Amino acid sequence: MPRRFALKDIYSENRLFLSRIVIIFIVILLLVSALIARLIYLQITGHEYYASQAHNNRIKISSLPPTRGIIYDRYGKILADNIPSYSLELTPELIPDITETLTRLKHLLNLSEETLTQFKKQLTRHRSFDSIPLLLKMNDTTVARFAVVQHQFPGVDIHARLIRHYPYGKIAAHLVGYVGRINETELKTLSTTRYKGTHSIGKTGIEKTYEGQLHGKPGHAEVETNAQLRPIRVIKSAAPIPGENLHLTLDIELQNIAYQAFKNHNGAAVAIEVATGDVLSMLSHPGFDPNPFSSGISTKAYKALQESDRKPLFDRALRGQYPPGSTLKPFMGLAGLQYALTQINTPLFCPGYYQLPNVSHRYRDWKTWGHGFVTLNDAIVQSCDVYFYDLARTLGIDRIHHFLSQFGFGQKTGIDLIGEKSGILPSRNWKRQHKNLPWYPGETLITGIGQGFMQTTPLQLAVATATLANQGISIRPHLIKPAKASQPKPITEKVNIDPAYVSDIINSMINVVHTPKGTAYKLSQNINYKIAGKTGTAQVFTVKQKEKYDAEKLKEKLLDHALFIAFAPANAPKIAVAVIVENGGHGGTAAAPIAKKIITQYLNKTSHND
Amino acid sequence: MINETRPEHFQNNSVIGRFLSRIHLDSLLLAGLILLSLLSCLILYSTSGQHLETLLRQTTRIAIAFFIMLFIAQIPPNQIKRYAVNLYIIGILLLLAVLIIGEMGKGAQRWLDLGLFRFQPSEMIKITTPAAIAWYFSEHALPPRWKELFIALVLIAIPTFLIAKQPDLGTALLIASSGAAVFFFAGISWRIMLSSLGGLIALTPVLWHFMHDYQRARVITFLNPESDPIGRGYHIIQSKIAIGSGGLYGKGWLESTQAKLEFLPERSTDFIFAVFAEEFGLLGCVSLLFLYLLITLRSLYIAVNAQDTFCRLLAGSLSFTFFVYVFVNIGMVIGILPVVGVPLPLISYGGTSMVTLLIGFGILMSIHTHKNLLSH
Repeated sequence: MPRRFALKDIYSENRLFLSRIVIIFIVILLLVSALIARLIYLQITGHEYYASQAHNNRIKISSLPPTRGIIYDRYGKILADNIPSYSLELTPELIPDITETLTRLKHLLNLSEETLTQFKKQLTRHRSFDSIPLLLKMNDTTVARFAVVQHQFPGVDIHARLIRHYPYGKIAAHLVGYVGRINETELKTLSTTRYKGTHSIGKTGIEKTYEGQLHGKPGHAEVETNAQLRPIRVIKSAAPIPGENLHLTLDIELQNIAYQAFKNHNGAAVAIEVATGDVLSMLSHPGFDPNPFSSGISTKAYKALQESDRKPLFDRALRGQYPPGSTLKPFMGLAGLQYALTQINTPLFCPGYYQLPNVSHRYRDWKTWGHGFVTLNDAIVQSCDVYFYDLARTLGIDRIHHFLSQFGFGQKTGIDLIGEKSGILPSRNWKRQHKNLPWYPGETLITGIGQGFMQTTPLQLAVATATLANQGISIRPHLIKPAKASQPKPITEKVNIDPAYVSDIINSMINVVHTPKGTAYKLSQNINYKIAGKTGTAQVFTVKQKEKYDAEKLKEKLLDHALFIAFAPANAPKIAVAVIVENGGHGGTAAAPIAKKIITQYLNKTSHND
Repeated sequence: MINETRPEHFQNNSVIGRFLSRIHLDSLLLAGLILLSLLSCLILYSTSGQHLETLLRQTTRIAIAFFIMLFIAQIPPNQIKRYAVNLYIIGILLLLAVLIIGEMGKGAQRWLDLGLFRFQPSEMIKITTPAAIAWYFSEHALPPRWKELFIALVLIAIPTFLIAKQPDLGTALLIASSGAAVFFFAGISWRIMLSSLGGLIALTPVLWHFMHDYQRARVITFLNPESDPIGRGYHIIQSKIAIGSGGLYGKGWLESTQAKLEFLPERSTDFIFAVFAEEFGLLGCVSLLFLYLLITLRSLYIAVNAQDTFCRLLAGSLSFTFFVYVFVNIGMVIGILPVVGVPLPLISYGGTSMVTLLIGFGILMSIHTHKNLLSH
């Protein structure tokens, strides 16, 4: 056909169309024949077979959901188990008029409008022959009230189900996590067979991370029924395989001590067993009660949690990112020693400020009038900023970045919890990528005292402290012993440092707690062991040049974050701790006592066990 | 083309036929559709456990759907053609709206809640997609050239992709096939058809490679339901027992044991054909298929006699799609096709798909009864 003018050639179009209709007609006849052939096969050839099947067809298959694995702490205390509870469930297909049934149920059981809206949402997601829970947790009164009139509600049944229960509630809510109703997004990626009959799934923490182990496998039962559908006997059943029980490295008593120690402050504390990488305690304060989530939390209660100023749902230990402040100084000092830029007794004069050559800007020390002549040891004990400004300048950002990254700063620790943050360890590259700016020398100085761009999570800080206590051997932290869970072995890496330098730094950290000039000297009272520690204060806002910081003038919200890292016993470290108290003021007064309580409890307990 | 008066002599033979064609209805199609609706009531009475209220509700839906068909039939085809693109665009926007509302935390859904009733944009798309493509092709010489093919392909791809995201893979494939039908009727060469088919097949392993494990598992259950004995496999096993036990003559109306004993899930909706087969046997099934075939043939006849390219392509696609729905549903119930959620046209319980189908038939009737005596 000539295409140049693309004229409509009506006659050829008609012919073409007619031929296509004829072809379609033939295709349709063929397809209908295929259907009929199959029907003949089923209804004539297979009739006898299927008729006998139909006659015997009194067998209903029902799925048996698995029991979720129990979560224990390191001493076998139950952190999450399953308790029986009654739920009210509807099978839409068996209900003549669902709207009317819901209205009647609403009046009978005083259901809230929200419960109904929730249910209607579920209704659209399930197939009509599924049993869908309306109430996940019924109290005895509700059960009794419904049981009396159940015969008026075809398709509505009371089911006994197990629901998740957390005996310790908010003490370990972030870490253990909670289960909740399976939502639309999760439904998309779940195996429908594995989750048949299951309505909840791990949403956060261990419950989410180890969902695969905790869930188990459903079984099914083939039940013979009579013509009225009353079950007569179970013909065949495959029992569900319950989920694995998990034994965490967590010590819930220690966690509780930490929780109580925070009183009404916000913050986080992480304690790690130095030799193994076991996470002994990992607290984010304030907590929240995870129990309402498993029985279907109301939107109102959830919103209240979400919108609370104190952000109880936020896992500060895993996801909170704070400047490390002066807690970075032992690591900086170690870098200085390792690169042979200073020695533990090298003195420097601290006039209370530091200036880069040819720049008028004064980098202030927290002590306005200065520390006078200080050695590296003094600088750690008294937390002199000027010494570390100078050290940072001589090290340069590239060496700082390289050295600190060996301790895990700026990287995820790889703990077995979903959602960990990596913090920030700034470098030239990082700044180019994120700010599209070159690196300025002044930024090296403030990085040297753990301010500026640098951010760490409490978990990261605890891991770095444990690495230092462990002579530079870094062990990936974990909540489940790698041998028990099918996960890779902890990566053990050795930071390249001289043991002599490490003991220099550790001595200085002991002096922080055990010499009168130390910033955490108060801690040394009433203890029969030695703590190596370092205080820190992270600025929430920047104090302007020549302006004096007055803590009392500021509202608590603008107060500095208090930090403390420590390990003990200092000569043979067993436990490493990092504590952050938001807006707590000074690390020595706000954070260190919490760390001391954790350490004391742990050492007392383990020495009794020994 | 020269003296295109009404070739349907029989239509004007009776008083009724003349009246029907005056109100733009086609008597043969109408008769077939009414017969199907009656069958629907009959079988629903049985599947609902002789629940009169269900029957009443279905009857109301049928009545409403027929009124909508009557209304659509009054719109001349050139008006439908004029608004085809706009309606297509509106349909796409509504699909986007549904997706966005779903993303905004209300949970994925396929409908917009309009208070009085729920509106599923994907239903509207079932008609507007072939209409838009028919319009596009009718504006150019046939058979279409590469550029036109490409643009038409994009017109299909957009709604298919959006509906597949809902996720409703079954409907997405049906919409793609209704568009492909227009391509076929527009006369694209066998070479292109076969090579694109070959291309699709060649692409499958690549797609498989990029899928997540859980997606692969879904595809496997989709293709082999027996691998999921407490899920989809259960449907097919029960449905085969119901059909096979029906035999040649069936167990008789209201005598379906499989449905009564509640072994067969979704027996009023997607799996209603199994109950029909159990109660009316092979003879009943063949008769029902024959009725569907008759309606399809009448629709194809309307397509052949349509006056312009747009009408022809649209009518051809609507007729073929109607048959595809029948084939996919019955094929699924008798276990030769994967399980997709497609109701049996005009028989299954539910109003949405019925309205869409009857809108399609309204368009067919409009095409058949609005003819210019002055043709080309």
